[in-house]
Amino acid sequence: MDLIWEGIKRALHLLLTLDREVLGITILSLRVSLLATFISLVAGIGAALLLALNRFPGRRLAIALVNTGMGFPPVVVGLVVTIVLWRNGPLGFLELLYTPTAIVVAQAIIATPIIAGVSLAALQQLPADLRLQILALGASRAQMLWLIVREARLPLLAAVMAGFGGVISEVGAAIMVGGNIKGYTRVLTTATVMETSKGNFDIAIALSVILLLLAFAVNALLTHVQQRNRQR
Amino acid sequence: MRRIYAVLATVVLALATCAVLGTHAPAAAAENTLILATTTSTQDSGLLDVLIPIFEKKTGCFVKTIAVGSGQAMAMGQRGEADVLLVHSPAAEETFVADGFGLARRLVMHNDFIIVGPGADPARIRGTPSAAEAFVKIAASRALFLSRGDNSGTHAQEQRLWKAAGIEAEGQSWYQQTGLGMGQTLNVAAEKKGYTLADRGTYLALRSSLGLEILGEGDPALANIYHVIEVNAERFPKANAAAAKAFADFMVSEEVQTIIGTFGVETFGSPLFFPDAGKPE
Repeated sequence: MDLIWEGIKRALHLLLTLDREVLGITILSLRVSLLATFISLVAGIGAALLLALNRFPGRRLAIALVNTGMGFPPVVVGLVVTIVLWRNGPLGFLELLYTPTAIVVAQAIIATPIIAGVSLAALQQLPADLRLQILALGASRAQMLWLIVREARLPLLAAVMAGFGGVISEVGAAIMVGGNIKGYTRVLTTATVMETSKGNFDIAIALSVILLLLAFAVNALLTHVQQRNRQR
Repeated sequence: MRRIYAVLATVVLALATCAVLGTHAPAAAAENTLILATTTSTQDSGLLDVLIPIFEKKTGCFVKTIAVGSGQAMAMGQRGEADVLLVHSPAAEETFVADGFGLARRLVMHNDFIIVGPGADPARIRGTPSAAEAFVKIAASRALFLSRGDNSGTHAQEQRLWKAAGIEAEGQSWYQQTGLGMGQTLNVAAEKKGYTLADRGTYLALRSSLGLEILGEGDPALANIYHVIEVNAERFPKANAAAAKAFADFMVSEEVQTIIGTFGVETFGSPLFFPDAGKPE
């Protein structure tokens, strides 16, 4: 137990003294995860709208696949992305493996089905004739989509939080496609794993505390937006 | 309602800014990069944290250190996914070079493996000079033994010792494979009060938190030898041969050899690695 207390003190110390390495790792974690969440947000809500508003053959299968994707093991995603991005692999010419961009790609693949799945459930919850009503009032198709998304904004923000939570805490894929390279692709989770295996448990706990604070800060912001909506 | 949009817009804008910043990779990363596949022990001991910045400063080359087991490092080399290897699995390395995947293979340094276990020493191996004999005793008393089980250099060494002892350990109830790195395997051994084979460097770095004791050491069969191998660029045109050679030259240079010989003295009272460049194998 002392170790956890030591870790918390250490985390505060690292944060207050603005330790350059830890700061760099924290900013990279935030940047990579926010970018991945943003990409997944666009792709996920897009897919959810497509599936919620259209009827086409194979739709049920597509929904089942999205729901399966919500539980995709990140290591599997990491492994496949690694093999595809190998410099002698199919997308090797992009030279993306062991870069922060590779982590974003893997994390976006992990988060997209999460956001799509939750969003889809949210959109299907809306009254079925809402769309007809909106269109009947003379809205364009783009306006109709916007109004529908707005109508479901509460659960949609929950979907974003679930997606962000999935990627900021993810370690398996991040270490495989990023390589945990110091000062370049080392994020909070991969650094925590490394410090644990080095036996630096206090630093590992300090990094965990920073990770929790970060996740809390982002979710608090999103919750704020979500609950403000609610009051109206 | 307007204020909600303002908040939403701020969030989206912040995300978009991150998106733009996120694409900004270090300039060095684009042009001259070297992929170094190495073992966890060189990273976990902190040695590479000292050496890599010196190399990067000297050559302007950006080093991507991928710390995995020796087995995985060589598998990466075989696919041309690494430029240079720093590994410690001599038998597998010789095959690697003989099969044409690696060019120059040069001796860099050594330390040694040790057999660690609980102080109570249920298998009574303390003081046994031969490592193979100690393994025979562990097997005979069916004392718990934790294996890395991950094809790492340490795992290969352990398998050699079981072979020398004439024991088929795999599948026995007292023989458990963690599939984890050295540090984590040591932690498992400490928790379960089992024996394991470890490199001295990682053990020394973790000793204070473990409560495991060194019960077997000093047998020449426990030597842990590190080589640097340049991946054959003729086979893999994408390999950065020039940087790989520069790194291998750097590792055996007098400057680095001196650093290796003194690394860890301050923290642990004794060096973690002993420089060997230029010595006969």
